[in-house]
Amino acid sequence: MSKIFEVPLYPYQRSPDQDARAPVRHKVVVVGAGPVGLALAVDLAMQDVPVVVVDENDKVSWGSRAICFAKRPLEILDRLGCGDPMVDKGVVWNLGKVFFDKRQVFDFNLLTEQGHKRPAFINLQQYYLEQYLVDRVRELQAEGKPIELRGGSKVLDVSQDESGAELTIDTPDGPYRISAEWVVACDGAASPIRTLLGLEFTGRVFEDNFLIADVVMEADFPTERWFWFDPPFNRGQSALLHKQPDNVWRIDFQLGWDIDREKELKPENIDRRLKAMLGDEISYQLEWSSIYTFQCRRMERFREGRVLFAGDSAHQVSPFGARGANSGLQDADNLAWKLRLIMDGKSPLTLLDSYDAERVHGADENILNSSRSTDFITPKSEISRIFRDAVLDLSERYEATRPMVNSGRLSVPCTYDGSPLNGPDCAAMPERTRPGSPMVDAPVPGGWLLDRLGSAFHLLTIDAEAPDTVSVDGVACQRLALSTSDDHDGYLRQRYLGNAAAGVYLVRPDQHVAARWDHYDAAAVKAALGKAMGR
Amino acid sequence: MNSLNTKANIKSPDEFYAELLAVHEGLSKAESDALNARLILLLANHIGDRQVLSEALQAARRKD
Repeated sequence: MSKIFEVPLYPYQRSPDQDARAPVRHKVVVVGAGPVGLALAVDLAMQDVPVVVVDENDKVSWGSRAICFAKRPLEILDRLGCGDPMVDKGVVWNLGKVFFDKRQVFDFNLLTEQGHKRPAFINLQQYYLEQYLVDRVRELQAEGKPIELRGGSKVLDVSQDESGAELTIDTPDGPYRISAEWVVACDGAASPIRTLLGLEFTGRVFEDNFLIADVVMEADFPTERWFWFDPPFNRGQSALLHKQPDNVWRIDFQLGWDIDREKELKPENIDRRLKAMLGDEISYQLEWSSIYTFQCRRMERFREGRVLFAGDSAHQVSPFGARGANSGLQDADNLAWKLRLIMDGKSPLTLLDSYDAERVHGADENILNSSRSTDFITPKSEISRIFRDAVLDLSERYEATRPMVNSGRLSVPCTYDGSPLNGPDCAAMPERTRPGSPMVDAPVPGGWLLDRLGSAFHLLTIDAEAPDTVSVDGVACQRLALSTSDDHDGYLRQRYLGNAAAGVYLVRPDQHVAARWDHYDAAAVKAALGKAMGR
Repeated sequence: MNSLNTKANIKSPDEFYAELLAVHEGLSKAESDALNARLILLLANHIGDRQVLSEALQAARRKD
């Protein structure tokens, strides 16, 4: 059986770099061809920054791994040209049910807000995302964009000075060296680069094990997220059932701390668990199973000289809340344009301090939320369990405690409050689009707001006059002029104007708001653009 | 006459829940039980309304 994750997508090929006398110098080397590394490389290449991705493997990752993708990462993937295949293939879902013991205590609806191109969530196996990103790399290569993907290339050593970093890379033909102005380590939670540089990765270890089983079955369960606390089929523990495309179902069993891993992974034991959960008559094929433990931790800072860290290499969270891959994609989104401005000589190196500040803030938010979910799912003391069970008990009858039921707080994008790049705010405007926030999508004539923004600075005007272009030292900011007279459903007004009569928004290349006003003021916009460029 | 509010009424419920657990951290079961008793008495005094308190007591007692 040949599955998508058994086909080599970027097999090792000898590079001319291996025959060079001295290490060949590159602009950016990305280590790791997972979702984060590939997204970053695609972003850079689309902005004409030459990039080489190295990975010790040559295939998409084994097993489904990350399966829940939230709206903001889908919008980022839209910008990168991969949004459509994700959403076409993915399973859209909104409903969830929570069970306690033998009964359903309540259900919830994510109540997807209207007026967005993308849904709140889709479920899709990580290997599909990787496949689509590799397809996108090939497309960019065909267009002549400067992007290279080297499989079978394992980093053995890294060293750096003020102007760049040097990597030793092992291959089937033996090791060679390359250098780069910037190295971005997207090499996962066990990051070899982080280890080679001797950097700390500290946080909380959760003493628990979870068995994941991805099973293929024809089942008529609805497309909903079902979560059980203390069910009869897994006493004292929790369980999760969630649908993926291709009739693949993700089933998670909490196992507790003292377990025999080998025994738990035996097909007959997984079979016993599945039948206890879903009934003796089910017929299924086990596609993938794994036992995982997790930690909530991050690096102290995400930049170490010329080496940057993004995704799991920089921060790790528990899986409850889908905050791993989703936050890694937001790291890449935050970093690409900053690297480009620096390499173009438009911004000082200190612009990268804002990558650290903004994404550390994001990581802390994710760690806080996922730690709280974990504490609810796995009470760490007798009294915690008593409160947890009381919350669940009351939730069946009373709404009062339902907001405290925590089976995962699903990933929402981070607002960079207090970022050094933020400029002026306008008090009459809505809180959700304040400086630091990701732009909120809205229907606009001919399509969607976010699709009109791309990867450059923009000046969005709503019922306001402004020049077509504003520039600061050769960095151009194009105007996107919109009018409330086209805003038939009122989304623009609701999301961008609030009580203001008109709006002028300075939007960063990663589609976060940098500053906003209720009228155009040339000096103020130029000052804010300079600030958003890290000057 | 007031009646017990069983609608969700706490802002930032996750933060509240985390604080509720944190205040118990490091206590023995007996100490936690005593803390809970003190907490109930303080909250009950704050509510004051006899009708509301009776309804809360019955709601907490009710178990399927």
